[in-house]
Amino acid sequence: MNRRASFWLVNGALWLGAAATLFPLLWMASVSLMPGGASSSYPPPLLPAAITLDHYRELFAVQHMGRYFLNSLIVASSATLLALVLNGMAGYAFAKLHFRGREALYRLLLAGLLVPVQVTMIPLFGLLKVLGLVNTYAGAIVPAVASIFGIFLVRQFALSIPDELLDAARVDGASEWRVFSSVVVPVLRPILVTLAVFVFLATWNDFMWPLIVLSDRDMLTLPVALASLASEHVQDNELMMAGAVVTVLPVLLLFLALQRFYLRGIMAGSLKG
Amino acid sequence: MNRAAAGWCFSLPAMLLIAMFFLLPVVAALLLSFTDFDLYALADPANLRLVGLDNYRKLLTTPIFWQALGNTAWFVVLGVPLSLLASLGAALLLDSQLARFKPLLRTALFAPVVTTLVAVALVWRYLFHARYGLLNELLAHLGVGAVDWLGDPDWAMPSIVLLAVWKNFGYNMIILLAALQAIPEDLYEAARLEGAGTLGRLRHITLPLLAPTLALVGIVTVSGYFQLFTEPYVMTQGGPLQSTVSVLYYMFEQGFSYWKLGYAASVAFVLFALVLLFTALQLRLTRRLGQS
Repeated sequence: MNRRASFWLVNGALWLGAAATLFPLLWMASVSLMPGGASSSYPPPLLPAAITLDHYRELFAVQHMGRYFLNSLIVASSATLLALVLNGMAGYAFAKLHFRGREALYRLLLAGLLVPVQVTMIPLFGLLKVLGLVNTYAGAIVPAVASIFGIFLVRQFALSIPDELLDAARVDGASEWRVFSSVVVPVLRPILVTLAVFVFLATWNDFMWPLIVLSDRDMLTLPVALASLASEHVQDNELMMAGAVVTVLPVLLLFLALQRFYLRGIMAGSLKG
Repeated sequence: MNRAAAGWCFSLPAMLLIAMFFLLPVVAALLLSFTDFDLYALADPANLRLVGLDNYRKLLTTPIFWQALGNTAWFVVLGVPLSLLASLGAALLLDSQLARFKPLLRTALFAPVVTTLVAVALVWRYLFHARYGLLNELLAHLGVGAVDWLGDPDWAMPSIVLLAVWKNFGYNMIILLAALQAIPEDLYEAARLEGAGTLGRLRHITLPLLAPTLALVGIVTVSGYFQLFTEPYVMTQGGPLQSTVSVLYYMFEQGFSYWKLGYAASVAFVLFALVLLFTALQLRLTRRLGQS
């Protein structure tokens, strides 16, 4: 095969693939702008004949989408903040501070990676009920804040910090806390951004756990609210697509802004075997 | 504060949370699976009774559980190879020296990974619509008859596989792409000098060097696909004719619709055992292939 033909084959396949992955997302946006009922005609229209924002207005004015958006934002950002602090400290300790039982503890954590998280959901629900945390933001974020993956991610990165850097700060009289906050954290910054993007996307997109632990209408996160909206308004395609856009757009934009950090996390995570 | 004490203090908060909200529940799930924990026990723990292996015995004699197991296996068997093929194909194309606009295309191909599954499942439910769906419209243009994607028990699971492949392939694509880029260019150069064509180089250099990464990615993907839940919940509610009831869907229904929490815990443990078994099998297989 000559080079010219290969060139067109490779690039043609890539553009075709990209079109196929983007099409459902573009179409979701297109349908969300169509007048009510327009998408349920034959043949199905690709673009809106007339653009309307009615469905977005209805979502926020009638369907409490603003409230769900706020819930999702609170859940995802507080989980992210707590995860940064807890996993950042623990990941650094596992990499650089020798303490008794460290290796055994670390092996136990790695073994925990084999357990599907859904195994914990039934007892966790019972536990949170006893603690009075069912139907609260705290209940929704509890499984996401301290994570084995997060500790692992930070530890791998922190291993590359030279001991001399830490010792120099200690010789200057810095306390261990001070060494962490003013020497280690600045070095860890890139991996902390990676961790933040991971936790934020994971908690924003999560469905099964918030579906279990949140039942009060006022407490629902976007995915749970969207699923219940979809079962109540089965015929209302345009409204559903508008809801899907509101749910997907924030994480898509966040990813586009911090893509480099997110992809780095995938690569680091793939080494865990 | 000395260094060892600092190590404990720094890791303690995370360890306590993981112990309390992860390790403790795993152990509790195993214990619960030997009880009849239900709505009454949830209200008053005094109603809890030990039932030994009754939950597991009941599971094995419940046809719908076997069907859920079969459906999940079908999803894994169909979905994982398709997913890996799509990831591998996309990674090879992106790695090609002939490809232009690589960062842009990579981002486009990866975009579905970061989207919210519930939202895109709704989009696909609509794409699959028997009358107004664009997929059947596309088929009509190609001269193929309409398919009742989510309404036909034979097609519902393959439809969900299609969504899953679209949503997930970008993740492994990134990992495989990184592995491809780590293959030294000299190897290709040497093969070219010996007269190897594109396919020859793929077969004798790329794929053997990619094998360890592919094996690893395969193990993680299999265990991920066993955890099918959201797609059937949003798109089919387990139907039609329970053809898309997955193990986790069954667990959720038994646990949180009927509040048979002890029974549901035994379902969760069977899933755990299956995931462990398949991970171990794949690891052994990988090692054996690596030796030969």
